[in-house]
Amino acid sequence: MDKLIALLGWVDDRFPLSKMWKEHLSEYYAPKNFNFWYFFGSLAILVFVLQIVTGIVLTMYYKPDAEMAFFSVEYIMRDVNWGWFIRYMHSTGASAFFLVVYLHMFRGLMYGSYKKPRELLWIFGVLIYLALMAEAFFGYLLPWGQMSYWGAQVIVNLFAAIPFGIGEPLSEWLRGDFVISDATLNRFFAFHVIALPFVLAALVVVHILALHETGSNNPDGIEIKKNKGPDGIPLDGIPFHPYYTVKDIVGVVVFLMFFFAVVFFAPEMGGYFIEHANFEQADPLKTPAHIAPVWYFTPFYAMLRAVPNMFGSQFPGVAVMGAAIIVLFFLPWIDRSPIKSIRYRGTCFKVALGAFVVSFIVLGWLGTQPVSDLLTLMAQIFTTVYFLYFVALWVIPKYEKTKPVPERLTS
Amino acid sequence: MSTDGVDNSRRRFLTAATSVVGVVGTVGLAIPFISSMNPSARAKAAGAPVEVDISKLEPGGMVTVEWRGKPVWVVRRTEENMKDLQGLADKLADPNSETTQQPEYAKNLHRSRSDTANVIVMVGICTHLGCSPKYRPEMAPADLGADWKGGFFCPCHGSTFDLAGRVFSGVPAPTNLVVPPHIYLSKSVILVGKDGGAA
Repeated sequence: MDKLIALLGWVDDRFPLSKMWKEHLSEYYAPKNFNFWYFFGSLAILVFVLQIVTGIVLTMYYKPDAEMAFFSVEYIMRDVNWGWFIRYMHSTGASAFFLVVYLHMFRGLMYGSYKKPRELLWIFGVLIYLALMAEAFFGYLLPWGQMSYWGAQVIVNLFAAIPFGIGEPLSEWLRGDFVISDATLNRFFAFHVIALPFVLAALVVVHILALHETGSNNPDGIEIKKNKGPDGIPLDGIPFHPYYTVKDIVGVVVFLMFFFAVVFFAPEMGGYFIEHANFEQADPLKTPAHIAPVWYFTPFYAMLRAVPNMFGSQFPGVAVMGAAIIVLFFLPWIDRSPIKSIRYRGTCFKVALGAFVVSFIVLGWLGTQPVSDLLTLMAQIFTTVYFLYFVALWVIPKYEKTKPVPERLTS
Repeated sequence: MSTDGVDNSRRRFLTAATSVVGVVGTVGLAIPFISSMNPSARAKAAGAPVEVDISKLEPGGMVTVEWRGKPVWVVRRTEENMKDLQGLADKLADPNSETTQQPEYAKNLHRSRSDTANVIVMVGICTHLGCSPKYRPEMAPADLGADWKGGFFCPCHGSTFDLAGRVFSGVPAPTNLVVPPHIYLSKSVILVGKDGGAA
């Protein structure tokens, strides 16, 4: 034991090991009233690690070549020891990643976690979300199934819709060819396994550093740093370790039960996690009868389809879809209410947030369905609701009847 | 933090129980990951035994087949060759095949199954650094010296072996060439990679 302490001292003289441990874990004071919604940040890190570890094994057998990619995935499924298990963890992990990130973002919306002083923390988070979408999109081409191929074809052609003669050369530059081809597959592989994982890892570090600078928000939306004891420790704070590490372990255990239930019993999730058409090799001459993105992209896909062509260009739809994501960056300034938590905000806000969540879910469902007049009308209505939320956040605070915010945490 | 009323033995038990479950889970999850790096079912199938037909193999001739991605030589030695093997002992590093580089049934002068002593099966990979030596059956060629009575010469680092795959002393290769497990399915067909357990 004495030897270990001496070794720690030796390391500490050369690297801030104990200092970092204290700063980020044992003496990082988090509000004592974290609830269910605070599991999803640590779960996102867990899934990220799982994706990297399973991804490393998959790259050992996967071949990023249009002739071989599809069969190399089948090879992993059938011949590699535990290959099916590792691939299903990876494909389920992609959906799980989005699920926990969406819940994590919803938590932020509910408790006003994006507001001053956490604007940058929120922006880093939106950047993570963007990088994650890119990562998932590039990864979905790699199995080289029919849905991989035509999904990528559609998304890359979105860029071709950009006007002023920019779009067409831009999409060719992205593909490295005139259609999705071997060149595209090879570069998407590079982005998926090298470029974006690095970007994601860096953003996660920056996100956590920003969090630990401002301190965590909480379900009451009160700054615990305003009430410090004589020792300078927030009165309503408890050290992250052991209190929240233990709480997060419970979250991890429950999460893994659900996660492995899907991996073992429903890895395709009825065509939502792995689409049926993707069990057929990519065929550039034949589009599947019904094509839809994976569930985590469908809300935006529904918006894209909801906007009609204007001036002989499909660009407006692309712009609306882009705006639906870009608007998130401005959220800290769009919401003018000084009150963070939904607990002390008026009914208008609660209704608006509810409508926003419903519109996102309905749009997600619409994005999986074939187009019809009725469904297009619905998509148009709910796209409008989605954007109205941001208008509401700007307008509501002027007239909102809020409740008094207590000085100290309530529970 | 207040430590009043802490039941330390209960706390220790819970910490230990949690840690044990965590370690078991981690080890359980590690097994598929480690196992996935072993040869896959396809690689194992490619490593299955191969059959060699030697009915057309002339005395002094050699055929090469692939087994587990490696060259396997089958050489039918001449009567002369078989006699020459006896006089080489003092020039060899391991004339009696003491090092286990062959199945028990090939641990003899000719390093082959006794009922077909003149036919030898060897893995054609130099025991030094893995190059594949050249078959040099001719007698006393200029580059290998007047004493050469046929054998194998590795172009990478100059290791030499006799026609039973026994290494000469003073060359880089440390051991004799490997004789893989093999069995005769009939007089003219050898199965390489399997010997029916008859070691």
